[in-house]
Amino acid sequence: MSSQAIAMKCHRIAGGKARGEALVSTDDICFYLVDPQNGLVIEKGHALEGQCIAGKVLVFPSGKGSSVVQADGLYQLTMKGTAPKALVIERPDTVMVASAIIMNVPVVDRLDQEFYQTVANGDEIEVDADSELVTILKKQKEEIK
Amino acid sequence: MELTPEEQQMLDGKYGEGVAIAMKVQVAVGEAFGAERMIEISRAHVALSNQEADLWFAEKLVSGGARCRISPTVNPGFNLEYFQGVTEISPEDESVIKRTRAAYKAIGATLTYSCTPYLEENIPRFGEITAYSESSATPYMNSVYGARTNRESAQSALCAAVTGRTPLYGFLLDANRKGQVLVEVQATLRDDSDYSMLGYCAPKKIGFGVPVFTGIDNPSPEGLMNLGAQLNTAGAVTMYHIVGVTPEARTLEAAFQGEEPQKRVVITDQDLQEMRQTLSASTGKIDFAMFGCPHLTISQVARIAGQVEGKRLQAELWICTSFQTKELASRMGFVDVISQAGGHIVEDSCVDQPCWHHLYGKKGVTDSPKCAYYTKRRNMEFVLRSIPECVDAAIRGEVA
Repeated sequence: MSSQAIAMKCHRIAGGKARGEALVSTDDICFYLVDPQNGLVIEKGHALEGQCIAGKVLVFPSGKGSSVVQADGLYQLTMKGTAPKALVIERPDTVMVASAIIMNVPVVDRLDQEFYQTVANGDEIEVDADSELVTILKKQKEEIK
Repeated sequence: MELTPEEQQMLDGKYGEGVAIAMKVQVAVGEAFGAERMIEISRAHVALSNQEADLWFAEKLVSGGARCRISPTVNPGFNLEYFQGVTEISPEDESVIKRTRAAYKAIGATLTYSCTPYLEENIPRFGEITAYSESSATPYMNSVYGARTNRESAQSALCAAVTGRTPLYGFLLDANRKGQVLVEVQATLRDDSDYSMLGYCAPKKIGFGVPVFTGIDNPSPEGLMNLGAQLNTAGAVTMYHIVGVTPEARTLEAAFQGEEPQKRVVITDQDLQEMRQTLSASTGKIDFAMFGCPHLTISQVARIAGQVEGKRLQAELWICTSFQTKELASRMGFVDVISQAGGHIVEDSCVDQPCWHHLYGKKGVTDSPKCAYYTKRRNMEFVLRSIPECVDAAIRGEVA
């Protein structure tokens, strides 16, 4: 596989630009069930249980949880410096979107299936919400080689 | 997004910085969802949380001079004066609740402090355009009344109350209200807590979209309240239909707006039983019973009072409810009965608030999966049972 960066089109939800390691969740996310001290997912049975979302580009299907807790969860993570750097979502929901806008976390959606087939945990990716581009800069697999 | 001249002026700051922030959030939400314009609302409910983020945002709007055009009802924090009499409240938590009260008063909210406004003083008509946050409220509004609201966040609902508008998208539009997944309920729903379990176990099976339930007859308001609260906690279900029960589902065909279901799932007694076991802590000695997520109604309070009358509770028993229900319970003698048994009934308070320090690290019983789910952050363990079984456990101090 070539080490060329792969740039893909997306749709801007909340503006901004960030770069970080990808962390892919197959389950919906509730930020309230993440420990703000260390960014570890504490939700029992969650696909990311025990994993750290701090500083990551979080790739996940949708938000969940009551209208109250999502914003508080993300606020606490932001204040403690353990929030994800950017969010890539498949199905935006109002609660997630409003929380991210208020907390200034870049959010994009409408990535092609190709993105989801390509992206893996540990890939270095850049989310440029303002230009509506997501770029996979470095594949984790190649780094191991 | 196309804004009216007045909306554009709100965004540009002509009505003050607070209004401008509110409009900015709403325009961003609207653009995210492809809304073409704003639409006026006539009701709102804000799920204030009495937590830092919520307070930070409300104070930001207030200091920017914002005042609600549509006065929203608001969610509970905790009843400071009551809890100071029975447990210790830290100076920080006292300060946050006092500032929260002050901020929402200043912004012009209707200070109900209840999570069930749709049963009390904020009741819509069919088709009314509204902005409701709070997980039990949003599905109730859409599904049971046929009013229209998106699944607003506490903050986006507050913005809507301030601007008097919400972006026109999602569940405000006919096409998005159609059923997508057919859910055949084969499980027997014996009491209101079975509706909670149904609501909590359905989203994983449904996966996405608007569920249409069949096999549910004559549900009580409490059953519907529980169903919506749990559907919207375990998943992000903004609206559901029940064929023959909810107003946009007179028939199966009406619920699906003439289209075929995209998916069909079945829910059995075994599904509910397995869900209860998965969520529940192990049985044995318990320290407390917790009710009121969502706030209990007067008929639920009446049943509990009947069960504890003349008994002495071995475990603490807490009922959270609205101020109206507390007043009614007081008039009807239920507050005395519950107090004499050693229990508490308190208004303006939520199970997920910093007023329960004395219960941290302890084990309780509750009828609400939502209560058990959110309090994980507070290191509280719960066994899930129906309300009568929970009350029985509180009387005996243990749960089988």
